[in-house]
Amino acid sequence: MVDVIVFVVAGAIVLGGALGVVLNRNPVRGALSLIASLFGVAVLFVLQEAHFLALVQVVVYAGAIVVLFLFVIMLLGVDRSEDLSVEPLAGQRLAGVAMGVAMFTMALLGLFLSGRGGDEGAVALTGTRSVTQPLDETQPDIDQLAVDLFGRNVLAFQATALLLTIATVGAVVLVRNRGAEDLVIDEPGRAAS
Amino acid sequence: MVVTETWYLVLSAGLFSIGLVGLLVRRNPLVMFMSIELMLNAVNISFVAFANALDDIVGLTAVFFVLVVAAAEVVVGLSIVVAVMRRRPALTADDLSSLKG
Repeated sequence: MVDVIVFVVAGAIVLGGALGVVLNRNPVRGALSLIASLFGVAVLFVLQEAHFLALVQVVVYAGAIVVLFLFVIMLLGVDRSEDLSVEPLAGQRLAGVAMGVAMFTMALLGLFLSGRGGDEGAVALTGTRSVTQPLDETQPDIDQLAVDLFGRNVLAFQATALLLTIATVGAVVLVRNRGAEDLVIDEPGRAAS
Repeated sequence: MVVTETWYLVLSAGLFSIGLVGLLVRRNPLVMFMSIELMLNAVNISFVAFANALDDIVGLTAVFFVLVVAAAEVVVGLSIVVAVMRRRPALTADDLSSLKG
């Protein structure tokens, strides 16, 4: 019963935060809604006994990525509110919302109309239990994750380390100051000389 | 009433759809990035749900990798946004059309 209450509250926070990101005109408020949503997701991770991932979620996502967003928003001064009532393409917002509803419906149809049927009425797609790396309930999840990460997936792990290095170097190269040519401010819509 | 993995998957689908609508409708590049983060979180929720339901640790490993790749993507994407918007401060996604043929 406690699980149900925690799930409903955390789910409401997740979805409410997401709506706040999408519907807020001010990007700063959107970033704060994103933080709320990410905390909700971390609670859902804890509810499913993935404690290490909840920690990483809070530290990396809410603590670094959203902070980076806020830095960039403040640096560029784009915290002026966007005009949500103007749409450059006629019917764009309606088409966007229709696409979102269609995606949700498709996902639900895929979830509920497939599968073997049987367990609890709705079976998730491709539901065979693993025989190679079963989750051991007695071991902490971080131990099992470490064994899998540094054992079977060590190549992918090294590849992500390489990816992070490349991303860091790329970020430094992209925003470095190249002198006088950076002081020219162009009007929006006019091609940069 | 027990919380089955189906509940998590429905929540994940809803969060993904909200992120998708945000990406399609908003024009501020930073809000579009935040919508992408919402979609990545939705996928993370469904990965963990499947890891629990199918008794497989690979779901949690996948979440770990998705987190790392999302962080790298945000770093590079925001540096591109900064590099472009330094010159044109009042930019929306519609104005980024210099590659248009």
